[in-house]
Amino acid sequence: MDDFMLRALAAGLGLSLVSGPLGVFVVWQRMAYFGDTLAHSALLGIALGLLFEVNLQLSVLVLALFIAVGLLALQHRSRLASDTLLGILAHGSLAIGLVAISFRDDVRVDLLAYLFGDILAVGDADVLWIWGGGLLCLLIMAAIWRRLLNLSVNAELAAVDGVQTTGIKFIFMLLVALVIAVAMKIVGVLLITALLIIPAAAAQRFSRSPEQMALIATMVGTVAVMIGLFGSLLLDTPAGPSIVTAATILFLLSQLRPAR
Amino acid sequence: MTADQLLLGKGLGVTIRGRQLLRHVDIEVSRGRILTVIGPNGAGKTTLVRLALGLIAPSTGTIKRAPGLRIGYMPQNLSLPESMPLNVRQFLTLSNNDSAALQRNVAETGVAKLLERPMQGLSGGETQRVLLARALMRSPDLLVLDEPVQGIDVNGQSELYRLIVRLRDERGCAVLMVSHDLHLVMAATDEVLCINQHVCCSGHPDAVSQHPAYLDLFGAIDAETLAVYTHHHDHQHNLHGEVVRGDGERRHG
Repeated sequence: MDDFMLRALAAGLGLSLVSGPLGVFVVWQRMAYFGDTLAHSALLGIALGLLFEVNLQLSVLVLALFIAVGLLALQHRSRLASDTLLGILAHGSLAIGLVAISFRDDVRVDLLAYLFGDILAVGDADVLWIWGGGLLCLLIMAAIWRRLLNLSVNAELAAVDGVQTTGIKFIFMLLVALVIAVAMKIVGVLLITALLIIPAAAAQRFSRSPEQMALIATMVGTVAVMIGLFGSLLLDTPAGPSIVTAATILFLLSQLRPAR
Repeated sequence: MTADQLLLGKGLGVTIRGRQLLRHVDIEVSRGRILTVIGPNGAGKTTLVRLALGLIAPSTGTIKRAPGLRIGYMPQNLSLPESMPLNVRQFLTLSNNDSAALQRNVAETGVAKLLERPMQGLSGGETQRVLLARALMRSPDLLVLDEPVQGIDVNGQSELYRLIVRLRDERGCAVLMVSHDLHLVMAATDEVLCINQHVCCSGHPDAVSQHPAYLDLFGAIDAETLAVYTHHHDHQHNLHGEVVRGDGERRHG
C-alpha cells in the first residue's frame, strides 16, 4: 500500500473515532445546520490563514470560535429564527472567504481541495493534527458526557439539576469546530457535516441507549471511511465524496430495518 | 431569610419584550409546606415557577433561595429529542445514578413496570408519573410541580394529590405547585396564592375560596360547585381506588 493511502486511512479512522460521539449529539440537538455553518465559515478561515500566513487549521479553529460566539450573541439579541441567523453566518462567511481568497492572486489556491478534500495532500502533520485533536475531543466528551446528555434530553430539567447549560453547550460547539478544523483536509468543508450526521442517523434504529448509538455511529463511520478510501483508490474518485457516498449507502441500508 | 424559608421572593415583576407577565408578586415557601399557585390561563403561573427555579431572572424585585437548595422539577410537559434512544430507567438516572433511590421512587410513583419502555412511547399520564419520579431522584428539599395532574382523569388527580401530600409528610420536602383550579387541590395544600399577573389573594385554601377577589376571578358558580364538592363526599379513595371512610371533619354527607 502506498504511503499516502496509509496516511489517509490513519486520518480517516482518527476522524471517524470522534465523529461518532459528536455526531449523535448533533443529531439529537438538531445542530446539523450549525455544523454546516461552521464548515462554510472554515473557508473564510482558510482565506484569512493564507492572507496572514498562519497555520490554516489554527485560523479555521479561531474563526469557528468567533462564529460560535457570534451565533450565541445573536440568538440572545435578535428576534430572527436560529436557521435565519445560521444562514446569514454560513453564506456571509463563505462569500467573504471567496472574496478574500481572490485577493491573494500570487498564491495558487486549490479551492476544490478545500471544498471536497484532497487525500493526496494529507501529510504526516495532518495525521498528527487529526489524532491529537481527536483524542482531545474524546477526553473532553468523556468529561462532559453526562451533563451534555442531560442537557440534550431537556435543557430546563438539566438547568434545574444544576448543569451550567450555556457553558456545556459552548464547549460542545467548540468541539464541533475542532473536528471541522482538523477534518477539512480529508473530506472538505462542504461534506464535513455529513460525516457527523449520517453515521449517527444510520445508528439510530440499532441502538437501545444513547451510549450505544454513539458506539454504533463510530463503527458506521469507520466502515464508511474504509469503503470510501479503498473505493476512491480503486475507481480514482475524490476521497471525501467517496466516503460520504459510502456513509449514505450504509444509512439507506439501515433504513431497511423496521423502526421500533 | 429564616432557617425555615427555602424560597423568598419580594416584589417580583417580569416584563418580556414590553409585555408585563407579573408584577409585585411576593412568594414564600417554607420547609415542609405545600403552596399552590392558582390563576386563570395567562395569569403568569408558569412565569412564577420559572422565577422560582432560577430559569429566568426577575425584571424587578428580588428572589432568594436557601443556600444549597435542591429542587426537583416536574414541568408541565416534556419535549424530548425524537431520535434519542432513551428508556425510562435511563431518563430517571440522568440526574442521579443511585439504584436504591431509583427503586424507591419508581415504586412510590407506580412506574416500576415502565422502566424498560422508551420514553417517547409513554402516554400522557405515564409521562406525568415518570416526571414526578425524576423530580424525586435528587432527594429534593423543594418539589416544584407545574400542573402535575394535567392529562390525568379526575380519580387519578385526587390520587396524585394524595401522593404529593404523602411525599411531603414522609420526606419533609416543601412543595410549590401550579393548578388552574382550586377544587381538587384544596385538601392537598397548606396555602394558596391566587394570581392574575399580580397577587389577587393568598392564604388558607378555605379563606381563598371565599375571598371576593377569588370569586371575581373564577365566578360564584365555581365557588358553589366547590361548596357542593366538600359537602357531598363522605368517603375517600385510597391509592388503589378502594373506598375508605373519610376522617371526621370531612364527613358531612
